[in-house]
Amino acid sequence: MSKLMSRLGGLIVMVSANAFAEYGFNMTKGVSSVARDIYGLHMMVFWICVAIALIVFSVMIYSLIVHRKSQGVVAANFHESTKAELLWTGIPIIILVLMAIPASSVLIDLEDTSKAQMTIKITGHQWKWQYDYPKEGISFISNLKQGSKDVIYSGNRHKNYLLEVDNNLVLPVDTPIRFLITSNDVIHSWWVPDFGVKQDANPGFINDAWVQIDEIGIYRGQCTELCGKDHGFMPIVVDVVSKADYAKWVSKQQAAKAVTLAKSSKTWGEEELISLGQKVYNTSCASCHGITGKGIPGVFPALKGSPIATGDIKKHISIVLHGKTGTAMAGYKNMLGDSDIAAVITFERTAFGNQMGDLIQPAQIKAAR
Amino acid sequence: MTTVTDHTDDGHHGPEKGLMRWIKTTNHKDIGSLYLWFAFVMLLIGGAMAMVIRMELFQPGMQLSEPQFFNQMTTMHGLIMVFGAVMPAFVGLGNWLIPMMIGAPDMALPRMNNWSFWILPFAGGILLSTFFMEGGAPAFGWTFYAPLSTTFAPDSTDFFIFAVHLLGFSSIMGAINIIATVLNMRAPEMKLMDMPLFVWTWLITSFLLIGAMPVLAGAVTMMLTDRNFGTAFFDATGGGDPVLFQHIFWFFGHPEVYIMILPAFGVVSHIIPTFARKPLFGYSSMVYASASIAFLSYIVWGHHMFSTGMPVAGELYFMYATMLIAVPTGVKVFNWVSTMWRGSMTFETPMLWAISFVFLFTIGGFSGLMLGIVPADIQYQDTYFVVAHFHYVLVTGALWAIIAATFYWLPKWTGKMYNETLAKVHFWWAVISVNVLFFPQHFLGLAGMPRRIPDYSLQFADFNMISSIGGFAFGASFILFTYILIDCIRNGKPADARPWEGAKGLEWTLEPKAQYHSFNIPPTKVLIEQESQNS
Amino acid sequence: MNEQEYYIPSGTYWPIIGSVGIATLFVGFANQMHGASWGGSIMVFGFAILVFMMFGWFGQVVKESTSGKYNSQVDRSFRWGMSWFIFSEVMFFAAFFGALFYARQLSVPWLGGADNNVFTPELWDGFSATWQQIAFNTPGATLQSGTAVSVPTQLVDVWGLPALNTALLLLSGVTLTFAHHALRADHRNKIIGWLVATIVLGVLFLGFQIAEYGHAYHDGLKLTSGIYGSTFYMLTGFHGFHVTVGVIMLTVILYRVQKGHFSADNHFGFEGVAWYWHFVDVVWLGLFIFVYWL
Ligand code: HEA
Ligand code: HEA
Ligand code: HEC
Ligand code: CUA
Ligand SMILES: [Cu+2]
Repeated sequence: MSKLMSRLGGLIVMVSANAFAEYGFNMTKGVSSVARDIYGLHMMVFWICVAIALIVFSVMIYSLIVHRKSQGVVAANFHESTKAELLWTGIPIIILVLMAIPASSVLIDLEDTSKAQMTIKITGHQWKWQYDYPKEGISFISNLKQGSKDVIYSGNRHKNYLLEVDNNLVLPVDTPIRFLITSNDVIHSWWVPDFGVKQDANPGFINDAWVQIDEIGIYRGQCTELCGKDHGFMPIVVDVVSKADYAKWVSKQQAAKAVTLAKSSKTWGEEELISLGQKVYNTSCASCHGITGKGIPGVFPALKGSPIATGDIKKHISIVLHGKTGTAMAGYKNMLGDSDIAAVITFERTAFGNQMGDLIQPAQIKAAR
Repeated sequence: MTTVTDHTDDGHHGPEKGLMRWIKTTNHKDIGSLYLWFAFVMLLIGGAMAMVIRMELFQPGMQLSEPQFFNQMTTMHGLIMVFGAVMPAFVGLGNWLIPMMIGAPDMALPRMNNWSFWILPFAGGILLSTFFMEGGAPAFGWTFYAPLSTTFAPDSTDFFIFAVHLLGFSSIMGAINIIATVLNMRAPEMKLMDMPLFVWTWLITSFLLIGAMPVLAGAVTMMLTDRNFGTAFFDATGGGDPVLFQHIFWFFGHPEVYIMILPAFGVVSHIIPTFARKPLFGYSSMVYASASIAFLSYIVWGHHMFSTGMPVAGELYFMYATMLIAVPTGVKVFNWVSTMWRGSMTFETPMLWAISFVFLFTIGGFSGLMLGIVPADIQYQDTYFVVAHFHYVLVTGALWAIIAATFYWLPKWTGKMYNETLAKVHFWWAVISVNVLFFPQHFLGLAGMPRRIPDYSLQFADFNMISSIGGFAFGASFILFTYILIDCIRNGKPADARPWEGAKGLEWTLEPKAQYHSFNIPPTKVLIEQESQNS
Repeated sequence: MNEQEYYIPSGTYWPIIGSVGIATLFVGFANQMHGASWGGSIMVFGFAILVFMMFGWFGQVVKESTSGKYNSQVDRSFRWGMSWFIFSEVMFFAAFFGALFYARQLSVPWLGGADNNVFTPELWDGFSATWQQIAFNTPGATLQSGTAVSVPTQLVDVWGLPALNTALLLLSGVTLTFAHHALRADHRNKIIGWLVATIVLGVLFLGFQIAEYGHAYHDGLKLTSGIYGSTFYMLTGFHGFHVTVGVIMLTVILYRVQKGHFSADNHFGFEGVAWYWHFVDVVWLGLFIFVYWL
């Protein structure tokens, strides 16, 4: 009976889901050979389980219906059968062995990253991803897009809400790619379901994974290891493009880098600094120290009126550049450029009623590095 | 043999009066009741937290909590349900039932039994007090992975660590007591293979507890020193490894989940034969299956860590070992089905819970098996598919058995009968809503919703809403459950000594409301054999 | 009491007092670590309650036992209780031994690039994966927790004090067994002699262990010396703590022998402590082999 009920529940669920056909029920087939292999395994095991369940539950339901006292049945008295017991120990073992064989071969393929032709290094931070292309000399941080942040507490949530970032990871199609995955603080996990890649980012160790993507498109994923407050807000967006577009993208990035470098050698005005600073603050710092600089007591200190943000400027620069070991405060030396850091410090010393009024120039940051 | 109690006012075999009775008691029934009430209160507290989780997840966006608070809810919900509700409930059942089932007057070490219980409220108090500390309650998941729980956690974490130490002491003492009781207080004529299955499964569970809980104590001790004294167990900068924490935790954690299910297997193995009016099928294979499950549970912990970057050989090994557990568990399921086969069944409330246990636990077991396939687990790990799996085995497994046991033995505990009609209404309400609650979570997980997130993107909205509605309905069923219990205790009609027609077991030979000291005189060989499940 | 009767002890306040004590101890300790000036005193207070509880509880049990209230069934329950308690202690140590093996066989080599961690060394320039003196990327490095790493300048000398200590503990196991034989044969003076010898050996062990700590510490081996220092001090430290408890228990037993509490066939208290002592002994052998020697 309860079986019936659970089926009924499933049915209700199914009907409601059909109205939104794009909302998945099942695992994605994905866009890589690994993902497809996994999908195949998943379905195989699933159907085996369904088959066994059908047999076991049918026997049970039959018995529930027929062998009732109210039907006038008198209980039998058997309570042993070595034959039956051997059978239902042996058959499952055979089934399990049959399942283990393909599973092992997929696993071995999945873990072999030696075919890769290019390498991307992925570093998890609380709560953003950093992507490095070591060969190409490209490096950037990928944050949850402001558009999603703005509507978390209210407003119209659009398609891809929480699954969009400011800087997509860009990858070429049809290329075996190796990911080197690590973390700068706690454990994160980098997961893009369509690739069939989920790998923990462990601080101090580098894990690897690989994928060869077959289709151009945009693929989304999320951090899947609880990594603190904003674990739910560190999505992954991968833009898979043709090899030619990828090459174009790479050279554009390299050119952009030169522009940023040039910017950091000029002297900035107050307004410029503060408006950039606010932008940087909101993307990089507000997740901990709060939009209003109040932090979370006992976890993240307030910057509003903080002794450092209203005190010695050297200390302020130092903590932003180098962070503080033993706390969640990471060093931003390798994550932000000189102008960004100068701007955010200037902002912190002016905003939240911290009326220090001093301007920090990129050159000062460069000198302090 | 007869029983001597060491009361100052010698000769009385009844309890003292007032509050002191409960604080000083050495009586297994008193202590069992304390455990059960404690577990019940914790279930409501942990359940209330689950309601907060389900409310926040009712629709996309953050409505009633902050992310940090949500993580505290998830974490404390898991911790309280596991350590506060399910484990103490089974210890409570063990306390109440084991002496009655083995023909003993009481537990072997009654004073230690008292201490095992009376540590719990202190541990629970310390754990809950972290909510009021700066930085808030633990927010790193019930699995408290380092370094989120070490370097990156607030000061209140040290209180959490000590609470876990206390819970560990309590469980270890409880387990020692049960081993000593089963091995030493058994009626002289009762052979091991005469013991009822609940006693067997608890005995095996005790070995799991004694083996696993000290390892948990070691894990939190390492956390403590990493946090405060500069050791580097989980810190790569010093040659340690955050993943080491996971190995130690799951060396405890996996046996822990079987600690929560083995006694449940025991309970179900009593209820099904009773209402099928037919002896339990395959008594001895049940015993061996339980022992194999327990043994295997010590060597499969790595299946929680398939995405941590273990070497392939390790992953293969843990996959094979994990899959093996399906075999003895299958033996149990098949035995239950065979027990029902050609029985003469009636469907009183305990039987309804037991039958639905077999269905729903099996579903949970199958999803467990799917999780055990490493490549597939890469896609499942840390998604709602896992959440669905473990609620099927924990809620419709462990909790189901606890509720089944409550209805089954309530007449023996209170001497009164509960309201059968209401109880049936409660059952159907619960069993339907629990599936609405947890079944859609499979889909959520497969579609890619990670667990432990306070907010989600739009494609997960529908199933989350369905799940939440099921959750509220299931939560409300506990109001009825509470009413049924209180109604039974207050106004229940007197019950027979053996209220179930097909029930076997020494406990039913006692008075309708079991006397304060169960067996002052050990049962005779004839009686034991007559009441044995193994015949 | 009659062998034909079950014995159920009376209710008692000791457990609840114990709970209050241990909770007070922990709450005090936690506050102490977070810099509350009163934390330490609360901790001591909690400890005092705990000691009071133990004296009271064990005292009551001893009184009941000597007044003949217990029969052999109670005795057996105590035995089962003590043996499984010791087993749980074994598992506690196993967690730390496990950490040691893991670090040594897996995590340290991984940091150096072993197995599937070929890329890991990218994070650690200048790292050398040598056990005991793990050298970290830069001198003056700090752990995640912010404490400075202390790199030992010298290895612990296995065949000095540690070897001597092994001999002492093994010997103490033998003397304790002699005491037990003497107890079985009811030779009171002999029991006392052998017991005293055991206690003296235990105290000597502790003394040498402290001296040994002094040397190691002087050579820069500290709790903060990375995973080797962590496992070294946590394992030997917990062991030392157990030896201390063992010595205290032996002393209590000595006192009880003098009081004439034990008879040739009824002396569970003695045996329980003896088991405990042998367990401490065996753990030391593990330590000697895996921490000091190999
Ligand atoms: C009572 C608790 C309980 C029980 C009994 C189980 C039972 C099982 N569990 Fe589960 N599990 C949990 C509680 C439990 N689990 C919890 C709490 C977590 C999450 C922890 C966290 O991360 O927070 C978890 C997570 C978990 C994972 C990790 C998922 C992940 O994080 O990626 C895995 C992976 O292998 C797993 C596997 C299994 C298996 C193989 C069983 C098996 O024992 C199931 C065996 C039963 C059957 C298979 C059904 C009956 C058998 C038959 C009818 C015979 C025929 C069958 C065949 C031949 C197929 N479990
Ligand atoms: C035996 C253990 C157990 C039990 C019984 C439950 C019971 C429930 N659990 Fe779960 N749960 C866990 C163990 C358990 N859980 C664990 C270990 C985790 C993992 C934690 C982690 O990730 O670290 C988890 C995580 C978990 C999550 C995932 C959270 C996340 O990943 O962020 C969710 C989400 O839906 C959930 C829901 C529920 C619900 C709705 C119930 C319901 O069954 C609860 C029903 C009970 C009540 C509702 C209480 C009684 C009623 C009242 C108090 C009356 C008032 C009620 C109303 C307001 C209606 N639980
Ligand atoms: C992951 C969380 C996190 C992020 C993101 C973060 N910080 Fe911090 N920050 C902390 C923590 C935790 C501390 C407290 C360190 C300590 O205990 O001294 C801190 C301290 C500080 C302080 C010193 C405050 C004081 O008075 O002690 C400053 C200034 C600061 N951060 C600036 C920044 C800036 C600028 C950014 C962004 C570029 C930033 N933080 C991003 C967590 C964070
Ligand atoms: Cu990063 Cu979760
Ligand atoms: Cu497990």
